[in-house]
Amino acid sequence: MASHAQVTLPLPILPEGWTGEKDFKAIGNLSAATQRSIEPVGPHFLAHARRARHKRTFSEDDRIQAQENAKKVEEDDSGEISEPEDPMMLSRDAKDWKSQDHYAVLGLSKYRYRATEDQIKRAHRKKVLRHHPDKKAAAGSTEDDSFFKCIQKATEVLLDPVKRRQFDSVDENADVEPPTKKQAKDGDFYKLWSRVFKAEGRFSKTQPVPKFGDKDSTQDVVDTFYNFFYNFDSWRSFEYQDEDVPDDNENRDQKRHMERKNNNARKKKKSEDTARLRKLVDDAMAGDERIKRFRQEANASKNKKRLDKEAAEKKAKEDAEAAKASAAKAAKEAEEKAKVDKEQGKKAKEAAKAAIKKNRRVMKGSVKDANYFVTGAPPASIIDSVLNDVELIQGKIDADETAALAAKLNGLKVADEIKGVWSGEVKRLVEAGKIKDGDAKGLA
Amino acid sequence: MSAEGSASAPAGRHAIGISFGNSNSSIAITSGDDKAEVIANEDGDRQIPSILSYVDGEEYNGQQAKQQLIRNSGNTVAYFRDFLGQEFKSIDPTHCHASAHPQEHEGTIAFTIQDKEGDEKSTVTVSEVATRHFRRLKQSASDFSGKEVTSAVITIPTNFSEKQKDALIKAAADAGIEVLQLIHEPIAALLAYDARPESKVSDKNVVVVDLGGTRSDVAVIASRGGMYTILATAHDYEFAGVHLDKVLQDHFSKEFIKWNSIDPRENARSLAKLKLEAEATKRALSIGTNANFSVESLAEGIDFSSTINRLRYETIARKVFDGFNRLVEGVVKKAGLDVLDIDEVILSGGTSHTPKIASNFQAIFPDSTTVLAPSTTATAVNPSELQARGAALQASLIQEFESEDIEQSTHPAVTTVKHLSKAIGVLSISGDGAKGVFSPIITAETAVPARRTVHVAAPKEGGDVLIKIVEGGSHIKVTKPEPKAKENGTKDDSDDSDEDSDDEPEEQREKVWKTGSVLAEAAVKGTKKGSKIEVMVNVAQDLAVTITAREVGAKGGVKGNLTAP
Repeated sequence: MASHAQVTLPLPILPEGWTGEKDFKAIGNLSAATQRSIEPVGPHFLAHARRARHKRTFSEDDRIQAQENAKKVEEDDSGEISEPEDPMMLSRDAKDWKSQDHYAVLGLSKYRYRATEDQIKRAHRKKVLRHHPDKKAAAGSTEDDSFFKCIQKATEVLLDPVKRRQFDSVDENADVEPPTKKQAKDGDFYKLWSRVFKAEGRFSKTQPVPKFGDKDSTQDVVDTFYNFFYNFDSWRSFEYQDEDVPDDNENRDQKRHMERKNNNARKKKKSEDTARLRKLVDDAMAGDERIKRFRQEANASKNKKRLDKEAAEKKAKEDAEAAKASAAKAAKEAEEKAKVDKEQGKKAKEAAKAAIKKNRRVMKGSVKDANYFVTGAPPASIIDSVLNDVELIQGKIDADETAALAAKLNGLKVADEIKGVWSGEVKRLVEAGKIKDGDAKGLA
Repeated sequence: MSAEGSASAPAGRHAIGISFGNSNSSIAITSGDDKAEVIANEDGDRQIPSILSYVDGEEYNGQQAKQQLIRNSGNTVAYFRDFLGQEFKSIDPTHCHASAHPQEHEGTIAFTIQDKEGDEKSTVTVSEVATRHFRRLKQSASDFSGKEVTSAVITIPTNFSEKQKDALIKAAADAGIEVLQLIHEPIAALLAYDARPESKVSDKNVVVVDLGGTRSDVAVIASRGGMYTILATAHDYEFAGVHLDKVLQDHFSKEFIKWNSIDPRENARSLAKLKLEAEATKRALSIGTNANFSVESLAEGIDFSSTINRLRYETIARKVFDGFNRLVEGVVKKAGLDVLDIDEVILSGGTSHTPKIASNFQAIFPDSTTVLAPSTTATAVNPSELQARGAALQASLIQEFESEDIEQSTHPAVTTVKHLSKAIGVLSISGDGAKGVFSPIITAETAVPARRTVHVAAPKEGGDVLIKIVEGGSHIKVTKPEPKAKENGTKDDSDDSDEDSDDEPEEQREKVWKTGSVLAEAAVKGTKKGSKIEVMVNVAQDLAVTITAREVGAKGGVKGNLTAP
């Protein structure tokens, strides 16, 4: 709020012995509040809503509003050209316009190369309104229009982009002197130098110019900056300081001589300027703590890299060896396992073979026990056919069935029982389709 | 919202303020320099009667329609604002006796009128009537400004229900008006005063007395740094403008009966003429001390002419005036305040032009209270225009915002805030020394977060001072004759009044601050002679308090916090 309430009654005097931390003593809390609705109306409510919705406090909101307002003021004010006029300047003669500071004449010395065309126009208008010869005449002074001519000349130069650039090239008032070593040491090195380079940057053909940065700038920023200024592409030229070339046709030689002379002078000045800038950058770099820091960091990181590399190599080697050893071990184990497996397989096979042989013997023995299923001495043909049938069946059944059949036959001595087992087996095989009905008749 | 209404982007918006009353409506626009101006319709009226009348299919609005109440009462719709969004059983159709009668129609209220050419009658709902009225208002505003009006802020009584609000918004939308916001009538009136360049932002309690044609509404508003909180409201349908008309009607009827033995009140047309002329006479009496009352062919072809002076009028209308007084006194009490707590009384609405009402209020309230009415304050704004102006000002403030933003900002989450129940102040030394005297920094009913700064004088000789921040309440001290006029030192504070009221010479009433609990103590050391101490109290939303004290012009200072309770 703009005005503060006033209380005229004086405050009490601090009683003796009163103490408080930082002169403040919190004693109580506020009483409970009432919830009420405020009316969403009026400018102050808008402010309240703004604060509530953006969760700002009073002072934050004040600041933000002030900033917004200030911005507006600045934009409005940028056209305000009000500089005190140096009486020396007012008495200048327009004839030596080359040595005059055009910006100062128009009251734009604050802006210089940054002044916009619009500002120049407005500044010109303002100066004209004040210094027009008619005004002076009205005020009763002599018809002295020399400063008015200065104004006109300044405007002519500044509103012509080519001429303005020529003037800006040699506008020493816009230069910033580089800090001396002592200044750089005592003051803020980065602030001082960045001002210098900001001024130098105005001559750059490529805009924007990288910033000098501060002590915490990254290496990228610093590198970009120095690279830019070591390869500085300047539009600065020195025509403005040319000596006047005689404009008559009387002495052509003289004219040519002057032109040559001027050209040489420009070139010389240009190269001098380039050298000057290079020296400037060298000086800045020499005192730049950041470069030193980067170098140290680079060294440190290089060493670190080397150590890292060595460590990595060592580790890789160890890893490879370990891998090799474990691979060999695995191969050996596999080999041994295979060998054991093979032997075991062989044994089993032999055992099976022996079992089959034994079983077959049991089978043949069984038919023999059954006396080849005839009574009395069996004739050779019957023995032959029965044994053939037994062999046929033996050929048709596998080892397990052989074992089962042998188990059934084993121990049987009675011919009928043996015959029963055999006929059962034949029947099973006929049903399974392994032998034809009618085969192995001798056993059926 | 109609397509037309919602389609208007903030950029293409042209917003006006509308005060839509039962009897009269007015429209206001803001000119370039943020000054609100009530504009006249094509008839030159700034107060446009909320009446629509139909003759052979032609629509009349405003004053022209009002004249139709005599000959064409059946086709004239008047006093319909309060019917919007209501059910038939809850409306009071008294005022419509002399015009089209409201009737129930599909759950809403409608009028049967002959609004087209031919003999056919049609039923027009109250919403449609309101839409037609809005359309006319919109047309007048658009014609005046030469630019199509798209949006408006409309004022409503504080007791409008959500349903009534919705009905009003719909009626306006149908007329092509996007309702930016509905604002309460007393707040609009207050805003119209506070927006004047000469008015200062301060903490004050305001009573807004809105005396209209058919109803009177009073609101007690706590205005704290430009933020308004309604503390209490009262509505009265028994004492309003028409009742003053009635008094005059009866007065002149009796006079007419005395001469002619005919009661003009028994004939509808005579009654309508009587009513119109009575209203005109009432208005004339607000300006001059004498007024004519003359009606041609009042009853049975007999002309009638008479005069009345203001004193006579004030005598016969005393009952109504007393009713207003009781209403105002009652609502101040309802707000838990005393008349001594009131800093400003704003009179709004057409009936407020009557000088006697304002002078009555001046008698009720102490001298320190400003009664803002044309007859008591030279700089007062025309009471009939206050609400429309306030609405127009609000419209100009918010018309740049998206409707979504407006909705969010007016959401209860933003508008419902804590209000201090007790004043926060600083103790300064009084004449008798030992005991301190309370000077308020933040008054009660201030919405938090709040921040206030005061400058308190340091002792003459300078040195170390103690700042004691306390809570305080006020009470009314009644002293019998021969009291010691006790200055409590806060005379300059706008919120305080210590004058006695004139109407009770035998006893003096004054507002006395009572010191409550101590909140904090702070010390500012080594102050210079005759310097001042700046004390800033900042109450956060959660009732945490930050107190800063320093010598004016000095740097640093003492700062401390109180935690939230």
